[in-house]
Amino acid sequence: MTAVLPLVEHFAQGLDAPICLTWELTYACNLACAHCLSSSGRRDPRELSTAEAKAVIDELERMQVFYVNIGGGEPTVRPDFWELVDYATAHKVGVKFSTNGIKIDKAAARRLAASDYVDVQISLDGATAEVNDYVRGKGSFATAMKAMENLAEAGFAGFKISVVCTRQNIDQLEAFKAIADRYQAQLRLTRLRPAGRGADVWDELHPTALQQRQLYDWLVLNGENVLTGDSFFHLAAFGESLPGLNLCGAGRVVCLIDPVGDVYACPFAIHESFLAGNVRSPGGFATVWRESDLFLELRMPQSGGACASCSAFDSCRGGCMAAKFFTGLPLDGPDPECVKGYGEKALSKIEPGRVSPKSSLDHSHTRPVKNGPIMLTLNRKPPSRSCDENPVSDMLAGRTGARERASI
Amino acid sequence: MFGPTAAPPVSGVTPLRANVFDADLPYELHPAVEVRPEPFGALLYSFKTRRLSFLKDPLLVTLVRSLAEQPTAGEACRAAGITEPDRRSMFLRALATLASTETIRERHVPTAGSST
Repeated sequence: MTAVLPLVEHFAQGLDAPICLTWELTYACNLACAHCLSSSGRRDPRELSTAEAKAVIDELERMQVFYVNIGGGEPTVRPDFWELVDYATAHKVGVKFSTNGIKIDKAAARRLAASDYVDVQISLDGATAEVNDYVRGKGSFATAMKAMENLAEAGFAGFKISVVCTRQNIDQLEAFKAIADRYQAQLRLTRLRPAGRGADVWDELHPTALQQRQLYDWLVLNGENVLTGDSFFHLAAFGESLPGLNLCGAGRVVCLIDPVGDVYACPFAIHESFLAGNVRSPGGFATVWRESDLFLELRMPQSGGACASCSAFDSCRGGCMAAKFFTGLPLDGPDPECVKGYGEKALSKIEPGRVSPKSSLDHSHTRPVKNGPIMLTLNRKPPSRSCDENPVSDMLAGRTGARERASI
Repeated sequence: MFGPTAAPPVSGVTPLRANVFDADLPYELHPAVEVRPEPFGALLYSFKTRRLSFLKDPLLVTLVRSLAEQPTAGEACRAAGITEPDRRSMFLRALATLASTETIRERHVPTAGSST
């Protein structure tokens, strides 16, 4: 079919309503994942009430936003979680929710399997307990696997297994695929963003340049059956573009509503600089989406800045705004993981000691969570035995945590 | 949003024939599909397959919406003014794709066992 403008150009200029959006229902979480994008842990007392959440759903229905990606925190720990899911689906707002699996027992699995309108995404950041629990916390692998078993047993084929790609799990792509196949699930790979607590561990967890190539090659071979939330468009600069829109949809076709109703340009950008408004303000979400200064600005033609003269600019469009921002790079410069190496160069020029922007929001647990990952915390306790000085012994014992999210 | 999606146990298997497009048969928008008009055409979402798709031509949107009132898909093209052979086959190919993804489906007289 012919169109006056290519579809991506329409998207770049923004639509009257998002294609889909991410909605974090709560900052509360039973886990304390080291790389949590939203620094979740504790519930915020200002979180939307059930009635307010339903009003948001009414508005999404009016705007014909056909589905939302619900996350958190761990959304299922909200006491009204199932009520809100039912309300959304009754109002033609489909739901895909991300969970660490804590509440997906046999009964919940049967209930989910019976609904066409609800999709489930189980977070798993390692194909083995060793790799997964290192960042998500001890026992979290077992919880996720149990949830998957319950879903498969209930006949829910096609649920999603959502993996944040890290230096530690890139070699496990085939193993993840095998787990997905075993449960008739679909694999979803997304990019690690230096957002929230992810900023603290990004240096250690983000894939190396070689691994980026490895990931790209794997996606080119397997991409048709693997979802990516469109998150690897920066890899398109390797050559062939990957399936998906290959476009940053922030404030143009996607956005985030956080637990207190704040609307951010994207799920990876919980920071004042990307805050467009709040759903509680007059005019609600629709007015924020259509009229906020931030979103209108994002829908203006972008210059490309330092990247504009690069041969790969048309493929990667300068990469991910949030990844640049939280690593201290200018928004019109290269992505920190630019496959041409410009990102690393730019990062090396940042003066030592300069602090990267950090969100003022932090809902992390204030006290250690039982079984939480302790991978990067300083070893405050003396070794339990005088000979036990292997740093890894603590890292693998760790605290738990949970979170990653879906864009498109 | 792409690729195979869940087949809930209750929905059963769609007969293979249902996905083979035939311009001489009656069609309709699948009842699980919602249409959101956009400047470029429309955004479609299937609550059954949980697939999002885009119609990149406003005339295709008109055609798809008119299927239910027309005796056949071919007739629907004619009624929409799509008569030039190359154009007609292009639009029929688009409809065939939509049928294969369960965006549109063959229209039957409702029976007790019809699937959604």
